[in-house]
Amino acid sequence: MKVQLTINGYKKEIEVKPDEYLLDTLRNSNYLSVKRGCDSSSCGVCTVLLDGKPIASCSYLSVKAEGHEITTAEGIQKEAAQISAYFGDEGADQCGFCNPALALTIYAMKRELSDPTDEEIRDYLVGNLCRCSGYVGQQRAIRAYLEDTL
Amino acid sequence: MKINNYHKVNTLDEAYALLTSDKSSSIIAGGAWLKFSKKTIENAIDLSNLNLDQIVETKEAFEIGCMTTLRQVEVNKSLMTFCNGVITKSINEIMGVQIRNIATIGGTVSGKYGFSDLITPLLVLDTKLQFYKNGIITLEEFLNSKDFKNDILVKIIISKKIGKAKFISMKKTSNDFSVINTAVFKNKEECKIAVGARPNGALLAIKAMEFLDNNKTYSEEVINECASIASKEIPFGSNIRGSKEYRIELCRVLIKRGLQEVLK
Repeated sequence: MKVQLTINGYKKEIEVKPDEYLLDTLRNSNYLSVKRGCDSSSCGVCTVLLDGKPIASCSYLSVKAEGHEITTAEGIQKEAAQISAYFGDEGADQCGFCNPALALTIYAMKRELSDPTDEEIRDYLVGNLCRCSGYVGQQRAIRAYLEDTL
Repeated sequence: MKINNYHKVNTLDEAYALLTSDKSSSIIAGGAWLKFSKKTIENAIDLSNLNLDQIVETKEAFEIGCMTTLRQVEVNKSLMTFCNGVITKSINEIMGVQIRNIATIGGTVSGKYGFSDLITPLLVLDTKLQFYKNGIITLEEFLNSKDFKNDILVKIIISKKIGKAKFISMKKTSNDFSVINTAVFKNKEECKIAVGARPNGALLAIKAMEFLDNNKTYSEEVINECASIASKEIPFGSNIRGSKEYRIELCRVLIKRGLQEVLK
């Protein structure tokens, strides 16, 4: 079946199966910043924004996304680069596999929560697992990014 | 899970006609847990177009549309303070925000999932469910029945009773499914105790509730005895997250802590 999806501001008509997940649709359409990790809603590397809110694309049917705005890291390149710079400054980057999803979640959090506490930041990002960093550097980087840009 | 046909319906009539047209038709809520199913669904019915994702607060109740996401419920300001925020606290550790933006309250309740952290506090709060054909029934009646498979859950109604409530769960990691979860509610008229993730679906601990109702003072001995009764009357099982024996011990301790909190 064909669905009309708006991805990073562009309208696209894409052929999908009724039981196809958004992760597969996006990767098959070359949005390769969207990663496949656990494929069972736990790790968060497949995060995309649906109408500005983070969702796990591995657990969201593509047909449900019709009529909604989907944003991947390709759609927030300027902000993602900015967030990345803060991560670099704090030594919070290692393999980088989780970074596109993390940048999207931080981008969404900044719009949803005004001046979040450290605890609120941790709660919001609990669904973004990182196997390298140990999170402390990330927390510092996010705090610095928010303080400089809010 | 395999879906043969997908329908975004425009009316509940249309949804009901599709649902009853084939035994393997099914309502799709958020779809967050579909991956864990091995079913083949002939007609997947999506209610997204029916404006059922609203929380309406009246003088007597919170009326929550079945398509309301767990995140919408979690950030609702009135629910944050209702009964010590017991609903909010049960939701905000369910996996990550990415899943809570997908999973819906209707899907969680109608799925009767054993691992649900939300059904347990709903059980102690006199929750009612509004179905399209069968009208309003209690959550407890729904959980104990198999009669509502061919009906559509439209709304979850939580009465605004005044009292103290506490939800406590035991998880191996912060965003994992619970090994066990418990909820207690207490006001002047009644005490309610529920246990979920047994690993089967949540149940009320009726004998423990009666024991507490028959006591006028709540000494440490009474609380200990009540928790012990609950851990003995609730049937537990074993799964990958924990053994039956482990759950019995946890149940006693978590109910005791919950009671200590609401009886302060």
